[in-house]
Amino acid sequence: MKGDPDLNMLDVLCPMHLVVRNDGRIVHVGPTVQKLRPDMTWIGAHFFEHFDVKRPKSVQSITDMRRKVGTKIHLALRGDPSSDLKAVLVPRSDGADDVVINLSFGISILDGVRTYGLSNADFAATDLAIEMLYLIEAKSAAMDSSRQLNLKLQGAKIAAEEQAFTDTLTGLKNRRAMDHVLARLVSRKLGFAVMQIDLDYFKAVNDTLGHAAGDHVLQAVAQIMVEETRAADTIARVGGDEFTLILPEIEAQQTLLNVGERLIERLEKPILFQGKECRISASIGTVWIRENQNVVPKDILSDADIALYQSKNAGRARQTIFDGRRRPLVS
Amino acid sequence: MHGLINRSVQNFVCDTFGKDVWLQVTQRADLGFSEFEAMLSYKDDITPRLLDSMAAVTHRSLTDLLEDIGTYLVSTPKLEGVRRLLRFGGVNFEEFLQSLDDLPDRAKLAVSDLDLPRMELDEKPDGQFDLICQSPVPGFGLVMTGVLRVIADDYGALVVLDHETTADGFERVSITLIDTDFAEGRQFELGAPII
Repeated sequence: MKGDPDLNMLDVLCPMHLVVRNDGRIVHVGPTVQKLRPDMTWIGAHFFEHFDVKRPKSVQSITDMRRKVGTKIHLALRGDPSSDLKAVLVPRSDGADDVVINLSFGISILDGVRTYGLSNADFAATDLAIEMLYLIEAKSAAMDSSRQLNLKLQGAKIAAEEQAFTDTLTGLKNRRAMDHVLARLVSRKLGFAVMQIDLDYFKAVNDTLGHAAGDHVLQAVAQIMVEETRAADTIARVGGDEFTLILPEIEAQQTLLNVGERLIERLEKPILFQGKECRISASIGTVWIRENQNVVPKDILSDADIALYQSKNAGRARQTIFDGRRRPLVS
Repeated sequence: MHGLINRSVQNFVCDTFGKDVWLQVTQRADLGFSEFEAMLSYKDDITPRLLDSMAAVTHRSLTDLLEDIGTYLVSTPKLEGVRRLLRFGGVNFEEFLQSLDDLPDRAKLAVSDLDLPRMELDEKPDGQFDLICQSPVPGFGLVMTGVLRVIADDYGALVVLDHETTADGFERVSITLIDTDFAEGRQFELGAPII
């Protein structure tokens, strides 16, 4: 077989081929097939000792394979390492019984070159395998880069949204966030309470001690509100010295009264700013919405405002619970 | 200009001169930002401004810097991928040179909106090649000179390179291939894991 010009030609054009006799005996392998099992003597071995036909299932011999000339056959290389291969078979044209079976890694090309340490020289110069490998690497790199950009943009988006819902001075939620929460609770007809809180005497702090003192007080107030509420409650700063609390799952009016009382009590303790005492208090108006009530956010807020003004008019530093019949109960 | 190109300049300046110098470069170029995203596109006028500012801040000639950028692109371990993708071009340096005509198309296959300048290889007798670059931004030939210097080394080839700008505004890199098998060269495994 050595020096057969046809075989030399095949070695260049399709270096991953085998020439097999009708009885299954291998009489020649291309240089790349040799690389799959470098230490093995291919010549004289039986084709089906080393290859399983996976599809079509009906093919179990070279005679069967001859009926599939020119069509794709799925093979598996036996032994270790094993590989799935695509194959196509043609009979030799010189009248002999031999068939030429050309192999390819198909889609497993990357595994193939890695497993067997193949190089450019192991593929025909016209084989697109190298371009395929190039594309896999280039696309993976580009995709990786894009993914990083996506993650970065996603992070920036979350941060921007976070900012858009946050009052930057106090770190509390802002009015937008509060509207959002309120709308959600209303649409689900859940039970909750809305507490409208106005700081009393805050303007005096601002006027006498300056804006820095005012800002400091607002931050301290925010801190107190966070401490006096549950994690599930929403605390929003909705104006200069106006706050709205949304408290879900309230079981009893007394709970609300307790929260309001504690808040006022703590807010009335002097807040120190640069050694000076800032004294404020708070007026509160609360609306308690029971489960399955048909309400609209606008009315809830205006009812809370009515209750709040009752507190203010009654002398500040107190809370009022809106009783639903527009006859607020001042306590 | 594609973000990949601007980002390459950023990586080069940061790795070579430091982050502080990069911030000075971006301020001087009046970009209004200091980080390029590799996968976004930027206005064409940004790149020349960036390059001029880089030369001014580092007190180096743009010619030297551009060639250094080319060298950096294919030699920094951070961008091992670039070297590998170029090595797919051929099994030896000569085959690699012959593949340069395809480089813009190859780049496009990877990143469809990346426009690399057209290049044409002229083969001369006695192992001489001329690489003609037609770039909208002058200096691409200098970058290629830096790239070729490293890649020749990578293949183990001994070459002499020379860059000039022709009368009609093209850039010409003349390549004298003295020995294709001068040194061992660096290993290139087709299926190396992707970094």
